[in-house]
Amino acid sequence: MSAPADVITLPSPPSRAARRRAIRLGDIPIVPAAILIIIALVAIFADQLAPHDPEVGKLTARFKPPFWQSGGSTQYLLGTDQLGRDVLSRLIFGARVSMVVGIMAVIVAGVIGTALGILSGYLRGWVDQVIMRITDTWLALPALTFAIFLAAIVGPSMWNIVIILGVTYWTRYARVIRGEVLSLREREFVQLAVVAGCSKWTIMARHILPNVINSATVLGSLMLGVVIITEATLSFLGVGVPPPQPAWGLMLSDGKQGLMVGYWWLTVFPGCCIMLMVLSANLLGDWLRVKLDPQLRQL
Amino acid sequence: MAREPLLRLENLSTHYVSAQGTRVVRAVDEVSLSLNAGETLGIVGESGSGKSTLALTMLRVLPPAAHIVGGRILFEGEDLVAKSDGEMREIRGKRIAMILQDPMASLNPLFTIGNQVAEPIQIHEKTLRSAAWTRARELLKAVRIPSPETRVRQYPHEMSGGMRQRIVGAIGISCQPRLLIADEPTTSLDLTIQAQYLNLLRELQRAHGLALIFITHNLGIVAKMCDQLAVMYAGRVVESGSVSRIFNAPAHPYTRALLGSIPHMGDPQQRLTAIAGQPPDLAALPRGCSFAPRCPQAVDRCRAEAPPAFSIDDGRIARCWLAREVNRTTLAGAV
Amino acid sequence: MTRYITRRAAYCALSLLLLSLTIFFFVRVTGDPAALLVEPGASAADIAAIHHRFGLDQPLWVQYGLFMWSLAHGDLGQSFYYQTPVIDLYLSRLPNSLMLAGVAMVFSLLIGIPSGILAAVRVGRFWDSAGKVFALLGLSLPSFWVGLVLILLFSVYLHWLPSSGAGTPLHLIMPAFALGWYFAAAHMRLTRSSMLDVLGSEYIKLARLKGLPEALVITKHAFKNALIPVLTLAGINLVIMVNVAVVVETVFAWPGIGRLLYEGITFRDFPVVQGVVLLGGAMIVVVNLAIDILYAVIDPRIRLER
Repeated sequence: MSAPADVITLPSPPSRAARRRAIRLGDIPIVPAAILIIIALVAIFADQLAPHDPEVGKLTARFKPPFWQSGGSTQYLLGTDQLGRDVLSRLIFGARVSMVVGIMAVIVAGVIGTALGILSGYLRGWVDQVIMRITDTWLALPALTFAIFLAAIVGPSMWNIVIILGVTYWTRYARVIRGEVLSLREREFVQLAVVAGCSKWTIMARHILPNVINSATVLGSLMLGVVIITEATLSFLGVGVPPPQPAWGLMLSDGKQGLMVGYWWLTVFPGCCIMLMVLSANLLGDWLRVKLDPQLRQL
Repeated sequence: MAREPLLRLENLSTHYVSAQGTRVVRAVDEVSLSLNAGETLGIVGESGSGKSTLALTMLRVLPPAAHIVGGRILFEGEDLVAKSDGEMREIRGKRIAMILQDPMASLNPLFTIGNQVAEPIQIHEKTLRSAAWTRARELLKAVRIPSPETRVRQYPHEMSGGMRQRIVGAIGISCQPRLLIADEPTTSLDLTIQAQYLNLLRELQRAHGLALIFITHNLGIVAKMCDQLAVMYAGRVVESGSVSRIFNAPAHPYTRALLGSIPHMGDPQQRLTAIAGQPPDLAALPRGCSFAPRCPQAVDRCRAEAPPAFSIDDGRIARCWLAREVNRTTLAGAV
Repeated sequence: MTRYITRRAAYCALSLLLLSLTIFFFVRVTGDPAALLVEPGASAADIAAIHHRFGLDQPLWVQYGLFMWSLAHGDLGQSFYYQTPVIDLYLSRLPNSLMLAGVAMVFSLLIGIPSGILAAVRVGRFWDSAGKVFALLGLSLPSFWVGLVLILLFSVYLHWLPSSGAGTPLHLIMPAFALGWYFAAAHMRLTRSSMLDVLGSEYIKLARLKGLPEALVITKHAFKNALIPVLTLAGINLVIMVNVAVVVETVFAWPGIGRLLYEGITFRDFPVVQGVVLLGGAMIVVVNLAIDILYAVIDPRIRLER
């Protein structure tokens, strides 16, 4: 008769599975970080890396498949689109758009959200009430709808999109930062500063702010994935980064035309790029969240 | 001519192991006890002494980090440690039942009282729903809940704390177990309700021939309700025996300290004697007797070597080098 | 319970007010609203007429009053492209979106809840890890790309399913899958954590102590309690689904309000865009209120609260 599960003999060393888990948790998740770094490098060195001009195509070379299929050539490694533009080059330059828009939007949202969160949490009173009600209303609208609405009003351009995304997503920061500030302001070092006669603004800037940067960073890494998907969605719908500048979402929109005829490379490659980048951002963000601030595990 | 005890624990040990296997908490360490049918045993100790873990161990309802690492649990002659999950499920609720401390948390907020009382009856005795509900109503009456017909359809949050604890008691006796383990059943009740509840338990015990194990930190309850007593400290039983003998002449310094810290009415001595120091960290127990750091009578031998359980006189055990010297006979090792 | 409901209703009204203010504000803040409210290629006289109609030369609060007045009458303007009132267009397309979202929601719950429960019951082991992978993929793949890949697979290569339009249940399968995919992952995550919470509670311990079979402990005692937050989220998500379905509807040419929004953008039909956003937001706020009320009815603890 085998012994039931809760009777063991001690001591037993940690199992292989446990050790494997420990290694993965202990170190930086190498693969996601590497992917993001590679994408960043690709974005920076796009001019050197891309074999062709991403915005101008040869009409004689339209809809060429990737080089391993018949009809393809090594001149256009991943094929061409409906205007004869090289897919690989467009993907490379598209990385630039995604990276820039993604990071800048996260920063803009972070700055607005953190600032308002600090103001709301520290000053309390009517300031808090007003900001919180606005935040709640903003949050009630799905980000995508709101972003589309704004994009329809102001018209597409890369910087407009950055601002729109920033304005759409700051609410995620504001709530969390406010919560942190609420507990921070009861801590001794803040009360000491109050007693010492520091002005409200000094306290907020010199004492509160450095302590919430941690959470803001974690939030930023978690938001990066969301922001990139939204940007891609906006581009897909035609209200994102305007052509002829290459954006992955835009490439997907163009690729739709060729889909029914089987030109799969116009859809699969840009999508894979988006997926890789978002997946890596999400994994990194999750890891950061667990490592940097156990309080944020509820996010 | 001792009859076979209903329950006998032999050198039972339960340890909590941390996920990496580095920290081992010896929550229950070499515990040996015995209890006859119809008797009441009190298990007394501070928080962290291992009494609740001991109770959960007896029913094998331990959290995933805890493991029984040795010993036997002999219930009606069968060793529960060797039983499979399926066999244990047959025993839980049916032959051994348990009452937990917080009645509000113990009852599922989304189901009616009747549902929760009838449930174990339906499962263990395979009766029809209607028969089980009838039994449930009778049980509510037995635990003195007024108007059981209406109460049976109500939800836990509609009852008072005292009533909820009675319902938990009703669930406990619903399948007529031989043994009922009560883990601090009165701690969350008002003082006025406590006495009523204890009387109820005693009545039920007499009516059904139940053996009771009372886990508590309240020696007053022990004095009132229990025949036998086991005092736990740092996961071990440091003294056990009949309540009257222990109360009259405690053999272990810890027991003495506990009894000395109870305020007595009309006592000229105004100050309560507290026990100095803190209970030990169960993951890093000192060498030697675990109570030695706080014991006013500790000698060098106590700190160097952990005392085994000595048999002091008929039925009494004490884990103390000094207790041994009080008596004439000793038996080698634990029973 | 009435106090609870009135409180929630007041909050709902406040949110609606703020929503209208937000929309109003943004339209006005970025320049001349006339440029938006007028058909492309309109003459100066038309522009002047718009100015007059919306009172654009009046003080802001008058404009807001006019705005709210028309809203109260269900007048959200007229679509340039379709030459019909926006509200009519919206209501005619809404059932399609609801049907799509409904099916997608059912799909997301059918996949999300069981996998979440399985992950919680087998926490730390294979099914939990598999669940985590699934959740990660669900949250990282844009829904429209899932849709495009599905079309590639099932329409172009396998010729099993139609790639666009509506009409038969077959038309519904791929869009519902693409839409529900993300939410299945979100529901799985929440079910898992909710279930883990419940499994650690005292009443589950007592249920086990009663000697109940483990299957009963999970399906009866744990399940119902764990489900509460998940269903709440699902209700909220249903309305969100309707709103974010815009991309999926575009990919599959599904005639819902999402596609209406897309048409509004493409044809520069601003009244449509504004109408869809406004109504979408309002729908969310109202449905949240409905869910709160439903919650109060179902959970006996709240129902009997004074």
